[in-house]
Amino acid sequence: MAQARTYVRPMQGWWRRNPYFVRYMIREASSVFLAIYTLILLVGLLRLTQGEAAYEGWRAVLGSPPSILFHWLALLTVGYHAYTWWKVAPKTAPDIRIGGRPLPEIAITGGGWAATVVASVLVYVIVRWM
Amino acid sequence: MKRSNEPLFWSLFGAGGVLSALIAPVLILITGIIAPIGVWMPQQALSYARVLAFATHWFGKLLLLAVIALFLFHAVHRIYHGMHDIGVHGGTAAMTACYGAALLGTVAAAYLLLAIGF
Repeated sequence: MAQARTYVRPMQGWWRRNPYFVRYMIREASSVFLAIYTLILLVGLLRLTQGEAAYEGWRAVLGSPPSILFHWLALLTVGYHAYTWWKVAPKTAPDIRIGGRPLPEIAITGGGWAATVVASVLVYVIVRWM
Repeated sequence: MKRSNEPLFWSLFGAGGVLSALIAPVLILITGIIAPIGVWMPQQALSYARVLAFATHWFGKLLLLAVIALFLFHAVHRIYHGMHDIGVHGGTAAMTACYGAALLGTVAAAYLLLAIGF
């Protein structure tokens, strides 16, 4: 039997039609940058096991302009992921109630953003001074 | 009914999402930008001796393994589901490739952290 010729709405480039979906795709794309960044760390760990010369070679590559550019893009997209992760946290977190009332959304989101700032400062202080 | 594997992968995705939301931006900033160029962070901060000391300490190993494993499982979950959004429907093969890659990275990190000694 011949296939009925019904109209199928084209899905090509669907996410470019709506700014909400563009932001969604940027957030999802952050995972590609995060994956590559993690592989860079894994290679660094491998080079560390191979001795000082190998490790210094890895560090030299990290100082090259293409690497710096990649890390700026990774910082922007993964930073956007961090922002959105806490933004949607009220919808994904378990139902927390205080005195029978659900925790306000801004408390969860704001708490998450504050946690990111505190954790970032801690990591910076530890790496720099400890 | 066959049990869904989604709870396992979503838990790893969620754990990686939280950990990366907390510290991935600052890690990228330190290891990828400010330490290599030596601005706001001395280049010696990531010297061979210092990073080796970190990777040979049990707590450093634990942190490195958590960062690498959870970041990878978080990322591949989004990459796998994101492929559908751009019209690539890879099915089981794509799923195996994604989660397999994350598992491989985790095993590699664990092996290297053991091989580097204590």
